[in-house]
Amino acid sequence: MEKYYVLILLFPLAGFLFNILIGRFVSTKFVSWVGNLSVFGSLVFSLFTISDVFQGKTIEYNFYTWILSDDLKVSFGYLIDQLTAIMLFVVCFVGWLIHIYSVGYMHGDPGYPRYFAYLNLFVFSMLLLVMGNNLVMLYFGWEAVGLCSYFLIAFWYQKKSASDAGKKAFIVNRIGDFGFAIGIFLLFISVYTLNYTDVFQKIPELQDKTLNILGWHIDLITLIALLLFCGAIGKSAQIPLYVWLPDAMEGPTPVSALIHAATMVTAGVFMVSRLSPLYNLSETALAVVAITGAVTAFYSATIGLVQRDMKRIIAYSTISQIGYMFAASGVVAYGAGVFHLYTHAFFKALLFLGAGSVMHAMAGELDIYKMGGLRKKMPITYITFLIAALTIAGIPGLSGFFSKDEILWYAFASAKPYGKFVWILLTITAALTAFYTFRIVFVAFHGKFRGTEEEFKHVHESPPIMTIPLIILAVGSVFVGYFSVPHFLEPLLGEPKLAVSLQQEKIVMAVSIIAGLVGIATAWYMYILRPTVPENLTNTFKGFYKVLWNKYYVDELYSFLFVRPTLWFADKFIEKITDIKIIEGIVNGIPALIYKIGSLIRPVQTGQLQQYAIFMILGIIVFVLVILNM
Amino acid sequence: MIPLSWYLILSATLFSIGLMGFIIRRDLIVMLMCLEIMFNSVNVALASFSYYNSNLSGQIFVLFSIAIAACEAVIGLAIVLAIVRNTGINHSDEINNLRG
Amino acid sequence: MHEETVVQNIIYRELRKHLLISLLLIALIGGSIISFGVAANNLEFPILSTLIFFPIVGAAFIAILSRDKKELIKLSTLIISIIEFILSVPLYLSFNKATYEMQFREEYLWIPQWGIKYSLGVDGISVLFILLSSLLTILCVTVSWKEINKKIKEFYASLLLTHSAMIGVFMSLDIFLFYIFWEAMLIPMYLIIGIWGGPRRIYSAIKFFLYTFVGSLLMLVGILVLYFNTGTSDILTLMKIHYPYKMQLWLFWAFFAAFAVKVPMWPVHTWLPDAHTEAPTAGSVILAGILIKMGAYGFLRFNLPIFPEATLAMKPYMIVLSVIAIIYGALICLVQRDLKRLIAYSSVSHMGFVTLGIFALNQQGIQGGILQMINHGIVTGALFLCVGMIYQRTHTREIAHYGGVATVMPAYSVFFMVFTLASIGLPGTNGFIGEFLILLGAFKAWKLMSVLSATALIIGAGYMLWLYQKVFFEKTNPYFSHHINGYGDLNAREILTLLPLTIAVLWIGFYPNALLSFMDESVKALINHVMVSGAVK
Repeated sequence: MEKYYVLILLFPLAGFLFNILIGRFVSTKFVSWVGNLSVFGSLVFSLFTISDVFQGKTIEYNFYTWILSDDLKVSFGYLIDQLTAIMLFVVCFVGWLIHIYSVGYMHGDPGYPRYFAYLNLFVFSMLLLVMGNNLVMLYFGWEAVGLCSYFLIAFWYQKKSASDAGKKAFIVNRIGDFGFAIGIFLLFISVYTLNYTDVFQKIPELQDKTLNILGWHIDLITLIALLLFCGAIGKSAQIPLYVWLPDAMEGPTPVSALIHAATMVTAGVFMVSRLSPLYNLSETALAVVAITGAVTAFYSATIGLVQRDMKRIIAYSTISQIGYMFAASGVVAYGAGVFHLYTHAFFKALLFLGAGSVMHAMAGELDIYKMGGLRKKMPITYITFLIAALTIAGIPGLSGFFSKDEILWYAFASAKPYGKFVWILLTITAALTAFYTFRIVFVAFHGKFRGTEEEFKHVHESPPIMTIPLIILAVGSVFVGYFSVPHFLEPLLGEPKLAVSLQQEKIVMAVSIIAGLVGIATAWYMYILRPTVPENLTNTFKGFYKVLWNKYYVDELYSFLFVRPTLWFADKFIEKITDIKIIEGIVNGIPALIYKIGSLIRPVQTGQLQQYAIFMILGIIVFVLVILNM
Repeated sequence: MIPLSWYLILSATLFSIGLMGFIIRRDLIVMLMCLEIMFNSVNVALASFSYYNSNLSGQIFVLFSIAIAACEAVIGLAIVLAIVRNTGINHSDEINNLRG
Repeated sequence: MHEETVVQNIIYRELRKHLLISLLLIALIGGSIISFGVAANNLEFPILSTLIFFPIVGAAFIAILSRDKKELIKLSTLIISIIEFILSVPLYLSFNKATYEMQFREEYLWIPQWGIKYSLGVDGISVLFILLSSLLTILCVTVSWKEINKKIKEFYASLLLTHSAMIGVFMSLDIFLFYIFWEAMLIPMYLIIGIWGGPRRIYSAIKFFLYTFVGSLLMLVGILVLYFNTGTSDILTLMKIHYPYKMQLWLFWAFFAAFAVKVPMWPVHTWLPDAHTEAPTAGSVILAGILIKMGAYGFLRFNLPIFPEATLAMKPYMIVLSVIAIIYGALICLVQRDLKRLIAYSSVSHMGFVTLGIFALNQQGIQGGILQMINHGIVTGALFLCVGMIYQRTHTREIAHYGGVATVMPAYSVFFMVFTLASIGLPGTNGFIGEFLILLGAFKAWKLMSVLSATALIIGAGYMLWLYQKVFFEKTNPYFSHHINGYGDLNAREILTLLPLTIAVLWIGFYPNALLSFMDESVKALINHVMVSGAVK
């Protein structure tokens, strides 16, 4: 059975090849069947892996040696354990639902086969990432999902904004991958292997080794962990490399749901959890991970408070929630982080798909202030969206509550010095999250419609092919929390140590529930009860609002600090000065010099016969004199 | 006997006359004639050396030299003719096509 | 009567035409039989000499064809280059990967008075270039099919002669023979750039020629010093002799002069943008694909084995120069306005990686370097082919004139995307394996430099994706649609030209061991030799 798990990878790959090569020549129905069936096939086999893993088996299988060069031996193989199984389930199941949804959403688009091809390629890459048994395969999947993300964000490439967003995503990811690659190299020259099992065996030997950089002695494991985390920052859109994710909303909404909510952006969390033995050995790295996660969560939630584009608010919400997952990993509660990954996949995908449904009805409009009262016309979308919003707010009984609560509890109870700080930030963020999510609900779905009568008549519920995945995801959002993922992952990721007594757990739980309710209540107050309040607040705190609205001017800052200086340097200095003036100056200058010297000597040749005769005679005389003198 | 030195002085004088003529005179035909004078002066020197050292090879060399001179005169005349026909110039200082 | 002779003439002409084609087909079959025989190790055949001289004979054949028979000329060249490729296949199939010794050796006395021999052989380092060259030559012929319209005969003959001289460089084991082939390659290349090139072709051709020549002259001095000091001109013997350190140092720089210009290393790289931009498509492909590899190959064949102490001493400087080339090349690509010039500068950056790998002096570095040479030949060759194809349609290389090509030419966009991704080193393509190995090897040697070079990962993605977006995405540029000359998307000939390279990109990306296994033993022996001999003071 073990070898057959490669089919999990091969089904989507086959789907990709079929759709990209032959998709144009067959009917759209055929294309959708191929696209959906391939992911369904992977799903079926992943369920087999889950059953295998439940029985306690860990499957490792090597196909062939991919790279072999002296001491570097990298093979193409997979490692399936509890963590992989959870990820496989999330990717395949949510992926499959999104494929089905796309059939309806992308209906009529001229690039239909191309879309499904890329979506399948993405699933293949993501599965490669989670199934690989060594760091190079992780890197392979890592870059490949970045590639698919690029293709899909720039799917409607005739739009400049879409192409720009795709390019930005790829390049910002590359910056993270730069750190990732250096981390891999550093790891390799320390332990001479890149295979997970071998690395974990050898890591303890490195514990006290340091690296001498410019006179400072840096702990080796910390450095490796931080460099690898760079990649995670890029891929999972944390500070400072999150800037690509909001722009990535240019892509089709199912893409945003799959890639930028459920799967690709969680690859960083997966990586940190997979490499937990490494991170456990470095206090500094864990602190960085946790604090980055917590700060990002808070920061991004503040930006989401004032945005008007529905997808962008949900994008900032994603950045924020991933911050939660990293914060969990940082307090050594990897299981909780993965648990939140698992539940987040469901409710975030649901939020995005709901937004897609709204876009479908509103002819592509995304500004929530152009909507209103949609719940009467789109009941299914409304109810599922509401369930997702309740889940993300942490209402007890829903899955989001379980996972978020775990994280908050472990942060609070952690023995690490930064645990309480993380807890405070995350709790405040929980309130903010509830607030901005319900802001969407109240502004877009409740109240009166803010557009024209004509537009309102056009608003309709989406076809069943789109609403059924919504319903399934809503059911999932409610119930998946009851499967205790941390407990499932315990044999692999260990159990976090508690520094406070268990009684305090109830208090923490209460605080988080209160935070969620406060958020919802404030949203209710500001958008239903007293709708003039938001405007008054905006006018009172104008400057503050402006900063938040402009996303803290970070994009402009990056452009000013990095992009423009590089281009200026390349243009003015490198091209104009070094290449043209200096090097070409020499290269064209030497022949010019030779030409000048030549033209100085040239006048000797006058073309006059008699002058030549005179020179000959003079030469002979000199020659004779020399001979005579000898 | 006429001393050898007189022949050599004759030869040197003829050579100088030819050389000066070649350098000073502008007309192409005159330059050719000066070349002939130079040739003949060398012949005289060769013949006189040959007689005074009783070695016949000098005089044989003179025969060679005369033959070569004849060929050279023909070619020179042909070139002058070509120049005059193509460019109408017959003064050496006006020909500078090979100027650098 | 008159009718009869007319008919006779027609029959005679047809017969002659078919005679020529049938001659070629016989050569094709003969070549296949020979290659099969050699591949099966049954035939003792001077395959290397055949590889060198067959294109020369082919060029002579093309030269005697009538000037008017354009299709015949092109078809004959195509068949000749295919035969050449078939002849080079046995090198790949029956290569003994378990030894570092030279294989397929041929050694004849050439100038006995001076002990100079005609000595050919390939080892793990050089064998792959011969295949690459043969493959690229075929593709050059197919891409020039409609592009070259004047002096067709001379062009194809020059193409074949260039190929001959280039593989001669890779095969020769005698320094004078090496030098002869090294210089011989310059002349047909100069002709190709200078006659069939773009507007500034004469300037570029002369620049290319003189630049390379000056370097080669210094190398000639070095060769003569070596010869007169040791009395032998055989490379294998020269490797075993120990030279005094001072002499090694001078000779190292003498040879470096020639190879650095060829590679090209910074700062002697400025001939490359001009030569690549002004050359016709086939010229650019051959330049970028094989010619510049000769420089890096020279490092591996001469500088490293013959001057090991000097290599070890000069290693830091070489690495620094490589890193400067990498970053410099990448940065300057960001601000280019000409399509071909951008790809030419990206070549500078990629070859910087190659020299970085070579002078890292470990297995990963050198294997990565050699692999990256092959990869670069495939990928940049393919990019130039692509640019040539679109240039044929619009006759402009300005990036500003392009836009939205993907809507008009979808198949072309896919091919270009594959090569773009290979150029930026995406895993799954061959570029990743090469870059990964090189960066790892360099990391072992000098961490800081490796980190600096890795920034080229970011900048590389920057300029290539910017290029792709500017040319292929966004709205269709009116200049482009106006000038497309009714051509449309790629035709079958063009797809067949790009297809082998695409397959190579993906195949090497997923199974690089097919190529890495060739180099294992030779590279190991080389490193051993450098480390052991270089440590002797």
